[in-house]
Amino acid sequence: MTSPAERLETFLQRVPYIRFLGMQAELAGDEMTGVLPASDHLIGNTFIPALHGGVIGAFMEMTALAQLSVAEPARRMPKTIDVTIEYLRPGFGGRTSYARADLRKVGRRIANVHVEAWQDDRDKPFAALRGHFLLSSES
Amino acid sequence: MSNPDDFRTQMARGMASGAPQALALGFRFVSVSQGRGSIAVDWREDLVGDPDTQVIAGGVVTSLLDHTCGMAILSTQTQPFSTATLDLRIDYMRAAAPRAGVTAEAHCYKVTRSIAFVRAEAWDVDRGDLVATAQGAFVLNRPAA
Repeated sequence: MTSPAERLETFLQRVPYIRFLGMQAELAGDEMTGVLPASDHLIGNTFIPALHGGVIGAFMEMTALAQLSVAEPARRMPKTIDVTIEYLRPGFGGRTSYARADLRKVGRRIANVHVEAWQDDRDKPFAALRGHFLLSSES
Repeated sequence: MSNPDDFRTQMARGMASGAPQALALGFRFVSVSQGRGSIAVDWREDLVGDPDTQVIAGGVVTSLLDHTCGMAILSTQTQPFSTATLDLRIDYMRAAAPRAGVTAEAHCYKVTRSIAFVRAEAWDVDRGDLVATAQGAFVLNRPAA
């Protein structure tokens, strides 16, 4: 039986795309915070400069998957079924972003997850994601 | 700019690979026409989302769909402007094939003064067998008249 910290570390180390993003995570008990340090290659709009909308969505999706890996031992990587991403304000390119996932329902096959992302102020999220994830190995 | 088609192609080409994130993912311009745009991304080892299957990460497809939607909106305009994504809904019908790149095409089917509505599709090998579909609303930041 692995610990949540070990499962999270395994998840972060295994996925090449997480290293591409430069994403990290911090764990306090069973609550995980995704951390995305500022990096030039994540910029979508150089005038503001702001994070690419796709990067923001991807960061929140990866936070959801990481939180599921913490909560659900010994399962294969969940498959994303759908995500709805809401953009509330610009994600500034020069700042570190954080995200936390709320597992609203983890059923036998499907999980419903809400994620919020913020930069300086937790109470001023710049984006949110709602998604469904397939937990079983069937496709 | 005298020819709107030239302007459109030039802007679209610039956009396909212009942003740092687009460059980092290696986005390739495919085509553009009035209200439509298409961009492709090649498979790369560092973009894999599931090492067991070697399938490209969903996040790459998210960036590709978002970016292609922006290009489709740009193709409806005759002046440069920026967009901000308001919301984006993505359905993943199936995983892409192992070690396969992905192509996306977006259709901006309605533009108001301030909002653009866009649908997009993504596939790996066969246009008739989609990997993902997307629906989004975008805010237009038009230059001051």
